[in-house]
Amino acid sequence: MNDLRLRLGQNLGLLLAIGLFLLFWLVYNGLHPKGFSTAVLIQNANESFVIGAVAMAQTVPVLAGGLDLSVGAVMTLVNCLASVLVNGSGWQMVLGILVCLAAGTLAGWVNGAVVVYGRIQPIIATLATGAVYIGIALFIRPTPGGEVDGDLSWALTNDVYEFCATYGLFDDGEAAWLAPFAWIPMPMAIMLLVIFLIWIPFRNSVTGRGVYAIGSSEGAAYMSGVRIDRCKIAAFTLAGFFAGLGGLYLALQTSSGNADVPQAGAYTLNSIAAVVIGGTSLMGGSGGAICSLIGAMVIRAISFNFRIFDIAPLLQPLFEGIVLLGAVSIGAARVFRVKNRLELLG
Amino acid sequence: MATGSLPKPASGWSLSPEDKPILIAGAFILVILATGTAYTLATQGTASFLSPVYLLQQLQVGAFLGIVAAGAMLVILLGHIDLSIPWTLTAGAMLGSAIGGPYAIPVGLAVGMVVGLMNGLGVAYLRVPSMIFTLGVNAVMRGFMVMLTGGYAPQSTATPLMSYLATGNVLGIPMPLIVWAVLSVLVVLLLQRTAIGRYIYAIGNRERAAYLSGINTRMVIILAFVVSGACSALAGVLLAGYSSKAYQGMGDPYLLPAIAAVVIGGTNILGGRGRYLGTVVGTILIVLLTSVLSVMQMPEAGRQIIYGLVIILMLLVYGRQRGVIA
Repeated sequence: MNDLRLRLGQNLGLLLAIGLFLLFWLVYNGLHPKGFSTAVLIQNANESFVIGAVAMAQTVPVLAGGLDLSVGAVMTLVNCLASVLVNGSGWQMVLGILVCLAAGTLAGWVNGAVVVYGRIQPIIATLATGAVYIGIALFIRPTPGGEVDGDLSWALTNDVYEFCATYGLFDDGEAAWLAPFAWIPMPMAIMLLVIFLIWIPFRNSVTGRGVYAIGSSEGAAYMSGVRIDRCKIAAFTLAGFFAGLGGLYLALQTSSGNADVPQAGAYTLNSIAAVVIGGTSLMGGSGGAICSLIGAMVIRAISFNFRIFDIAPLLQPLFEGIVLLGAVSIGAARVFRVKNRLELLG
Repeated sequence: MATGSLPKPASGWSLSPEDKPILIAGAFILVILATGTAYTLATQGTASFLSPVYLLQQLQVGAFLGIVAAGAMLVILLGHIDLSIPWTLTAGAMLGSAIGGPYAIPVGLAVGMVVGLMNGLGVAYLRVPSMIFTLGVNAVMRGFMVMLTGGYAPQSTATPLMSYLATGNVLGIPMPLIVWAVLSVLVVLLLQRTAIGRYIYAIGNRERAAYLSGINTRMVIILAFVVSGACSALAGVLLAGYSSKAYQGMGDPYLLPAIAAVVIGGTNILGGRGRYLGTVVGTILIVLLTSVLSVMQMPEAGRQIIYGLVIILMLLVYGRQRGVIA
């Protein structure tokens, strides 16, 4: 019982985020004429995937006590790359997807190398590398355009049934054992795969634990023999991979690439907001990618409601800002319970 | 030679760690100018980059960035960051020109100070990380401005005084440059000749120690954010005068260059160290780099890449920071 209370107390931020998400999402579905249908679920999942991936990307460096201001840029870079490469015959597309993911990962690795070997503060190093990545994206796609294979785009932005039907898998998706899973939107399925095959193994690995340890106390982690350099580079590399995944999906979703600088900036800022709303400490050491994914879903669920309540588009930025400020201020309420102000000062 | 004594430079002065970035950045400015001049000599046969008219024009454009960077530097010295610059700038410009008349500039500045006060309260009292709180305030200000203007460029135009401050000149010296110079003197006086300046550096180094020394750290933090907001709004008011009206997103191109200017000038992004002269040099470097690249007809893509590489390169040259900070 005490253990449960302790765990609940430690994850208060995450619980708040889950509560907020359920509130906004249930209200949306309740009032939507086709609420709680697969079509709405697929649409919601599609719209949440990219920001979710970018928020997960932001989380990993934040856990290590850094910040990655280039996640939006990496996403944009891979988005543009995908609009060139993900096309043609089956193997060409597979190769294109792999190159895209590798490019994102490489961009993340470069971030990590600049931070670790250049010993430049992450926030300023990624600000600079972000400009470089945007530049490369603009070289690849000076104007919005490009094309992504239509079948692949259709298959990956629908549910599992359509995916199987498109590629003739499991009796075109009619197999009896598949029926219970057929409704799952592909973006959700991909996200679950990423979480179970990449994020959770990483978190439980020595390197992943090292990332958390560095965020808690870099000095203590160093003294305990944590490989600081390796963990930091791994954190940024994984961030690059997640951001690249987001960019790849954005290309599938929009069937094009767009080196949009304001959009990249907006994704970076929203990723930080999602991390905070999900309950990950910006100081590092606590939280996780799943928390940030939920944070991102909160942000998206809020904007879904704009459609339902027919809020004038002009008011939407104001609402988003107030929700962000409100969420962090609620999280900050604990400062009024602290008696000794020294506890608050770093 | 006596053993154990530190080697002393032959001349009477030594290069402090804070001066090194300023000298390197200064040298890099000369490299930029030389490159640009070589380019224009080769293509047009003129050395237009070295003409006083061109340099003054660049300083006039740079003054807007310099004013923003001055405020951003105070906040960065504290170990915080102000991400609300873009829409504080825009709000100052929009509301200032909307009010019009003699109160345009005071109202614009007051808007900036109120935004700064909000930031300061959130950071100093709620202890929300400044990065996230100022980000939220930026979003709220954007929301207010979009709501007020309907998402279009406001119809009101800048007052004559705003236009004069942005485009006029005295004895051939552009007015924005004079405004920037006056502001710079005030900031230097604040940082080097007042107790508050000392407190800012002290808090940036270790807020806990500053608090235990009896400094009212909350007030200093709030003050720095208020000054930063006022600087952003001042830049907004001038910029509205320069382009004769305020417009949506006018502040967006100023946030990252301002932070880059401060950092290139040798100010530690974690706070506590840095000289104001460095910020001025950093601003000039960025403005000249942008200008030379656009004269060389470098496409946007190349400009972004060079821009990023220059920041990384400068910081690498400044010397790597210490490894593990316990």
